Amino acid sequence: MDLRIAHLYPDLMSIYGDRGNVLALAQRARWRDVAVEVRPYSAGVPFDAEWPDLLFFGGGQDVGQDIVGADLAGPGGDAVRRMVAGGAAALLVCGGYQLFGHEYVPEQGAPIPGLGMLDVRTRAGKKRFVGNLVADTPDGRLVGFENHSGRTYLGPEAKPLGTVVVGHGNNGEDRTEGAVQGRVIGTYSHGSCLPKNPWLADKLLGWALERRHGAVSLRPLDDAEERAASEQAALVARARP
Amino acid sequence: MPDSLATLANAAGKITRLGLTLSGRGGTALPGLVTLQLDPDFIAAATRALPHGVVLVSGTNGKTTTARMLSDVARAAGWQPIHNRSGSNLERGIAGALLADATWRGEPRGDLGLFEVDEASLPRVLGRVRPRAVVITNLFRDQLDRYFELDQLARRIGDAIAALDPSVTLVLNADDPIVASLGPRHRGAALYFGVDDPSVGGSVPQAISDATRCPRCRAPLRYARVVLAHEGDWSCTSCGLTRPARDVSASRVALAAAGSEVALGGPVPGAFDDLRVPLPGLYNVYNALATVAAARALDIERATVTRAIGSFRAAFGRLEQVDVAGRSVRLVLVKNPAGFNAAIAALLETGRRPRLLAALNDRDADGRDVSWIWDADFESLAPSVDHAVVTGLRSRDLANRLKYAGVPRERVDVVDGWAAAIDRAVGGVPRGGELVVLATYTAMLALRGELARRGHVAPFWED
Ligand SMILES: [Zn+2]
Repeated sequence: MDLRIAHLYPDLMSIYGDRGNVLALAQRARWRDVAVEVRPYSAGVPFDAEWPDLLFFGGGQDVGQDIVGADLAGPGGDAVRRMVAGGAAALLVCGGYQLFGHEYVPEQGAPIPGLGMLDVRTRAGKKRFVGNLVADTPDGRLVGFENHSGRTYLGPEAKPLGTVVVGHGNNGEDRTEGAVQGRVIGTYSHGSCLPKNPWLADKLLGWALERRHGAVSLRPLDDAEERAASEQAALVARARP
Repeated sequence: MPDSLATLANAAGKITRLGLTLSGRGGTALPGLVTLQLDPDFIAAATRALPHGVVLVSGTNGKTTTARMLSDVARAAGWQPIHNRSGSNLERGIAGALLADATWRGEPRGDLGLFEVDEASLPRVLGRVRPRAVVITNLFRDQLDRYFELDQLARRIGDAIAALDPSVTLVLNADDPIVASLGPRHRGAALYFGVDDPSVGGSVPQAISDATRCPRCRAPLRYARVVLAHEGDWSCTSCGLTRPARDVSASRVALAAAGSEVALGGPVPGAFDDLRVPLPGLYNVYNALATVAAARALDIERATVTRAIGSFRAAFGRLEQVDVAGRSVRLVLVKNPAGFNAAIAALLETGRRPRLLAALNDRDADGRDVSWIWDADFESLAPSVDHAVVTGLRSRDLANRLKYAGVPRERVDVVDGWAAAIDRAVGGVPRGGELVVLATYTAMLALRGELARRGHVAPFWED
């Protein structure tokens, strides 16, 4: 069995340890004897929309976001839409999460249109949300670190990934964190997200492998280290939000 | 003579400092803070009369070592630098250093101000002080939850540089595209340093996307050669921006466990062009080059410079070596992916199979977001790790990182408590062997505090 992972705009949108998410996906597949190939996709390079089973799209600096936004408004965006329509799973963190929504409304100027693949809208906030983040989800606890000034609000098509226990999550108001729509998951949790939240990594791996290999049941792994990291992080988050 | 407000502020700060010294608390930021609250212009007022002027040393990595090397160089030239030595590199630390070296009337007891400045504080400090030279070692992503974004930081530093008096000399790393592109924003002179030995480094930037795009036009950068992280022989594929010519260049570098031999080139070759850098690692070669270039900006003669650098001793946590129960313990401060990668490259250059004590904290001074460990190249380190004791407030994140990098579980011990971690790590090393301590800032303070209690090292503020 093999798995194809596309890392979107790694040269422009990869900060805050996003590499850890790709490492976690790849290792957890390899530990189950699944061959893995990771390809970077970036601005100005034609995307092969048929290739990936799984997309990862990370956070980004403001400047990177401009170039990415321009690229996604053209052929890059069309390719990403076709990937998801073709059954690829996707994990979006922070800036990537915002760009998959309908729009980003800056403090001044016209709204910047997003890909419109997640039923969420983001507007700029004054105060930046920086700190530890813990959310409860139906599949397990999500722990991480958030660092964003955008406020994201969910429409009816998107379901929250979880409920905030510590931190701010989507907007600091409705206690929701992240969004799930089909096989697309967006979150503000980095730090890095997947190594400490192996249940989320495995959910994405399951969806991704299904695209070309049919339904697969993933062999359970010994997640002692992952669990310990998650527990320590959750304790720290409660003590020092 | 300083004005009366500065004199008053100085006296208030000194009283605070005296109180702290009497109560046995060394090296805190409080005196500087008190002084700056009374007089925000204290630093400018107190440094105005220094005969050799003020040098600011900033950048993400290497500023402590570079400032200390330059301090040794200045002393070798017969000068008396006033230097914020113990690592407090915010504005209040500079004020504190001035207080420690000033009379009660606020007259400085030295002739050169040598200040290490936190890169996030640099724009503000540049607006407050008129320096003679400003050294910028490199700019990497560091503690993002505090500084937010590198582009934004570079822009703020660039704006402050554009407002500088043309009499200021900039000393910039030619190999770092973000730093080098600050030069054209200055109306005065800039001296560039860089590494020109084709035998060091590789061809692909390490997996850190700090500077893969042109600082001017955002097109992808092309690297003919990569020395460290995003430092190397770079050029823009679109607008023609390219690595500036080097005024101080390492034309040949021979790395060894204890240090490096460097042949200095550049447009003005001459005598004393061989430089011994008594600290391991390419990143210390960069620190030495920055020092040589800064000394040129100060008109200190080359022979004095190479002599002083050749007899340099490492600072707190910068590959400092101490003896613990017959074992050699090397202390390596790590705080961001680029610094970590440079430190482990220095360790592995000489074929070591290190036994490690690795400590990860997430206090403000460490960076509260520990995600940077996933950008650090643990994959290069993993095959060589003989054994690792892991500790700190976020020890489990670190143990998990080692797992994903491929270090077998039986080679990793997670130990809570600084004393217990030291005991386990030292106990696992045979007499005459070596232990490498990799720790973030507050974890290093705690480990070093424990070693000091046991009499192995001096308390840090006596550095
Ligand atoms: Zn360019």
